[in-house]
Amino acid sequence: MKKTIIEVKNLRKEFHVGEVTVRALRGINMEIREGDFVAIMGTSGSGKSTMLNILGCLDKPTSGDYLLDGLSVASLNKNELAALRNNKLGFVFQSYNLLPRTTALENVELPLFYNSKIKAKERKEIALNALEAVGLADRMHHTPNQLSGGQQQRVAIARSLVNDPVVIFADEATGNLDTRTSYEVMSLFQELNAKGKTIVFVTHEPDIARFTTRNVIFRDGHIIREGDVEDRFNAREMLDNMPINTDYE
Amino acid sequence: MNYTNLSKVAVNALRRNKLRAILTMLGIIIGVASVIAMLAIGQGSKKSIQDQVSSMGSNMIFVMPSQQRMGGVQLGNTNSQSLTVNDVEAIIKECPSITKVSPEVRSSGQAIYSNQNSPTSIYGVGVDYPDIRKVKVKSGRMFTDREVKTSAKVCLLGKTVITNLFGENADPIGLTVRFGRIPLTVIGVLEEKGQNSFGQDQDDIILAPYTTVQKRILAVTYLQTISASAVSEAKSSQAVEELTNVLRTHHKLKEGADNDFDVRTQAELISTLSSISNILTILLGAIAGISLLVGGIGIMNIMYVSVTERTREIGLRMAIGARGLDILMQFLMESIMLSVIGGIIGILLGIGASSVISSVMKWPVVVMPASVVLSFVVCTAIGIFFGWYPARKAASLDPIDALRYE
Ligand SMILES: Nc1ncnc2c1ncn2[C@@H]1O[C@H](COP(=O)(O)OP(=O)(O)OP(=O)(O)O)[C@@H](O)[C@H]1O
Ligand SMILES: [Mg+2]
Repeated sequence: MKKTIIEVKNLRKEFHVGEVTVRALRGINMEIREGDFVAIMGTSGSGKSTMLNILGCLDKPTSGDYLLDGLSVASLNKNELAALRNNKLGFVFQSYNLLPRTTALENVELPLFYNSKIKAKERKEIALNALEAVGLADRMHHTPNQLSGGQQQRVAIARSLVNDPVVIFADEATGNLDTRTSYEVMSLFQELNAKGKTIVFVTHEPDIARFTTRNVIFRDGHIIREGDVEDRFNAREMLDNMPINTDYE
Repeated sequence: MNYTNLSKVAVNALRRNKLRAILTMLGIIIGVASVIAMLAIGQGSKKSIQDQVSSMGSNMIFVMPSQQRMGGVQLGNTNSQSLTVNDVEAIIKECPSITKVSPEVRSSGQAIYSNQNSPTSIYGVGVDYPDIRKVKVKSGRMFTDREVKTSAKVCLLGKTVITNLFGENADPIGLTVRFGRIPLTVIGVLEEKGQNSFGQDQDDIILAPYTTVQKRILAVTYLQTISASAVSEAKSSQAVEELTNVLRTHHKLKEGADNDFDVRTQAELISTLSSISNILTILLGAIAGISLLVGGIGIMNIMYVSVTERTREIGLRMAIGARGLDILMQFLMESIMLSVIGGIIGILLGIGASSVISSVMKWPVVVMPASVVLSFVVCTAIGIFFGWYPARKAASLDPIDALRYE
């Protein structure tokens, strides 16, 4: 039995907007084990992002327990949460969120700046390794506006990897990309997962979810279905078999 | 984050908006430069006043008839005849802390030579007057004790009088000028002293024995002023005490009665004039300080804009592990950098402006190291003070709200 990394019990989240109370999560129970590649799916507004934000310690639940790597997150204060995100978690966002006018290398280095245990010398080397892992070492001096969307997302993935996190959280990481580039990004995630990284991936595209190992379906703040992926896609293979698009030539 | 990284982040952030950073700094630059320049001008005027008062004489003490006042309104010199030559002799005899004493009577009138005339003042003084007042005889000689005793019709002329009566560079020694109806033989020429700090021409002067002015010109027996020199600066207040006692005794003033004379020392004069120029300095500095304040508000404004603009960046930094303190320091560093760089440029500009002012206006301008240090400290403080609220705002953002901000 693999180690449990995320354990959520009866998690609820409510938003109060004026008089209205929005129940975004209505009692979620969930368990994610080391090496899982989980896709959280569901219709728009079903609570996927809310769930991911709480799992990523960016937001706090209204009630319920959350154990991350054996640690009760509710008991931590702001600074401890920041340190936890810095040491154990990685984030990939739909809109990349790279710092503008800052080189790819510096963007990847960023999390390490907030880790006092890492010296300036090591920092560059670690960041370079992460960029190599996403195949963009040759673009390290390029700024985001000199990179394509897919490349920017790969830089963002490198940034999420740089602190060797326990879990990577990705919210619609392929949402802004075309099919081919999405597959490239998924292939990268599959590679990372094959090396043992735990990944929680929010998407509403069923074919993207087929690249993961387990799917959790949300609706109206509940989990309505959950199960392992039967015939899993291999992104690398699909990319190799994809016909080169000649329409634009 | 350590300080090197913080400053790197701050420099990068400022470089991304160069023009904006420069415009923001401009407020601080102008503020600091004007503070430095204004303080330098104020200090310069103070120094020039002090220099001029010192050039008037050494350890001087003046005695004048006291002026009666009521509610600040001068009622006229009711005691204006209280000082006499007897007082001068008493001071010489009875005051050990005073070395030299000279009586003084003044009259204004026309000096006439041939068909030229010039309105001027004649000073009737004693032989020690040049020593007390640091007046030098350039050519010719000072009058003697004998000439004082005999009310001799001799005089020494200042440069302005010579120019007006004889033309520039003329040598009037041996010639006779008239002051009013009295002919006076010129026996000496005074060295130039220029204008004093009140803009008075110190060379528009005729010196003559006080007896001559008393008897032949004014027909009076009193004196307008007694000038004296204390043995040393330190003995100055003791000299004043002695002098006051001697005069009170001679004027037969009862205990408790007011003095019928006023005693002023050079040191007092310096401190009065210095305090005036101190007020001037403070006033100028305060006005300049307001522009510095406005500069600081400019920084605050831009920092708020910067925080709002970079809300998503703040959210991202928090998501990947920045603590509130890191964010606070990041923005604080940025505003400190703005104000300190602006401050350094402002200091240089202020020193430059001061020297330009001093050379163009012929003013002595003294840039005090203290004001430079102070400006630097104030700039840093402005950076911290005005950067604090925007930085606090940034640091207190919620990571999720910040990431979602559009
Ligand atoms: N900060 C907030 N304030 C108020 N309501 C919120 C807030 N965040 C989310 N909600 C509400 O919570 C519910 C779940 O939102 P969430 O963003 O988790 O949906 P989602 O599943 O990620 O949708 P999508 O696929 O469109 O991204 C929605 O009804 C949303 O309106
Ligand atoms: Mg969402």
